[in-house]
Amino acid sequence: MMIRTEALGVTYPNGTMALAPTSLDIAEGRFTVLLGPSGAGKSTLLRCLNGLVRPSEGRILVAGEPLAGSAAWRAHRRATGMVFQQHQLIGRVSVLGNVLTGRLGYHSSLRTLWPFARAEKRRALEALERVGLLDKALARADQLSGGQQQRVGIARALVQQPRLMLADEPVASLDPATAERVMRLLHEICTSDGLTAVVSLHQVDLARKFGERIIGLARGQVVFDGTAAMLDAAAISRIYGTPVTIPEKEFA
Amino acid sequence: MSPTQDGILREDGAALRRGTLAVLALLALCAAALALTGFFDAQRFADGLPALAQLADEMVPPDFTRWRAWVRPLLDTLAMSVAGTALAVVLSLPIALLAAPNVSPHPLLLGAARTLLSFLRSVPEIIMGIIFVAAVGFGALPGVLALALHSVGMVGKFYAEAIEHADPRPIEAARAAGASPAQVVTHAVLPQVLPQLADVTIYRWEYHFRASAVLGIVGAGGIGFELIAALRLIDYAQVSAILLCILACVVVVDALGSALRRRLK
Repeated sequence: MMIRTEALGVTYPNGTMALAPTSLDIAEGRFTVLLGPSGAGKSTLLRCLNGLVRPSEGRILVAGEPLAGSAAWRAHRRATGMVFQQHQLIGRVSVLGNVLTGRLGYHSSLRTLWPFARAEKRRALEALERVGLLDKALARADQLSGGQQQRVGIARALVQQPRLMLADEPVASLDPATAERVMRLLHEICTSDGLTAVVSLHQVDLARKFGERIIGLARGQVVFDGTAAMLDAAAISRIYGTPVTIPEKEFA
Repeated sequence: MSPTQDGILREDGAALRRGTLAVLALLALCAAALALTGFFDAQRFADGLPALAQLADEMVPPDFTRWRAWVRPLLDTLAMSVAGTALAVVLSLPIALLAAPNVSPHPLLLGAARTLLSFLRSVPEIIMGIIFVAAVGFGALPGVLALALHSVGMVGKFYAEAIEHADPRPIEAARAAGASPAQVVTHAVLPQVLPQLADVTIYRWEYHFRASAVLGIVGAGGIGFELIAALRLIDYAQVSAILLCILACVVVVDALGSALRRRLK
């Protein structure tokens, strides 16, 4: 789904400007990476896209229509999967139970008092199978490793049958090898399902490897917008403030 | 062999059925307890209603004419609640440190401290009140002793639980820096749990105010003494007036307590 932000800005009540007015067009079906240091406004921008952060100015258009009213927001959130840095699973609930919370957007509050339907459980198990964790379905979420927990987070987003996938620093708390595997999984799923993806990252190498389009943020401003090939040393120093040395092989 | 989707669904369904059965069993147990205690005896409720209505009628309007005589007892009750809480805290903290497995110096001391706390908890404060009234005579003092001693059982247990659930990582860091066991407690455990200890203490103070009103009934001073006197005289208009005074004080004490808790967050 196509998303447009028009002069979207966030200023917190204490006067901090987390995001300067930003206008972006995010094309359907593409894998976009928000790149920048911590505090650059990546999370703020990402969370505006599903309303977890209320913008103080500007607006968001989904498929050309501005989002207005709680029903429109709920429908938009249901169609938008989100993967969090800290996984945000309930540790003492089973993996399957955690994945099923991705279905809540499809139920009324009253319907929720009754157990999930078999068809939905099957859909959750299919999502777990895609992330390679079917055998852990009935284990408690807190018994899984960090990388496995993040894959549960991806399955929870998938079971929403989303058209837009947001991921806020999805691999920041994982070791480099696991981070790469989880990113590859997320990229592979989004590409094969044709999902529009917006993923925030702070690692330049991962952004280069997976981002079709890279939006560089610094101090709440967009300072770079282009393809991985355009992300040169000058662009990186605009994003990170200081020149960053990049290993040779990454240019190869 | 890796599990199949159908296998997982079967297992999940079985777990759901077990859970449903457990809830049904619990509901049946609760219903049985209510039946055993005569709750489903509609006749007794029907008979009791007129008596209740008559009592309510005699309670209205409340008779506040003796309000001057209640000021001092109310202040006594307030003082009892504060004094009882202070004593309870001073006694609870050392026992709690012995009763928390992560800081207790020895398993034997741990067991002894836990047993002591259970014992203090299991003696109701009204019984402690009767014992202390017999020992030191009528007045606020036996009330304070009864509140404090019973509360050590509760407060000590809550303190110990808070200490037990302190994050072990800062404790490890303090140990790694060469801190002694006592330093670990003062600089790694207590800074983490102080807000929880304060929380428990303030709740206990609120509770002490209500409990000390009851303790007056066995002669341990305060507004409860006035309450039981009015009840003995079958002067229900005064009883309701005193109850309203206690209610007003409880509201004030609870509001003060929650304001304090917010400050300590």
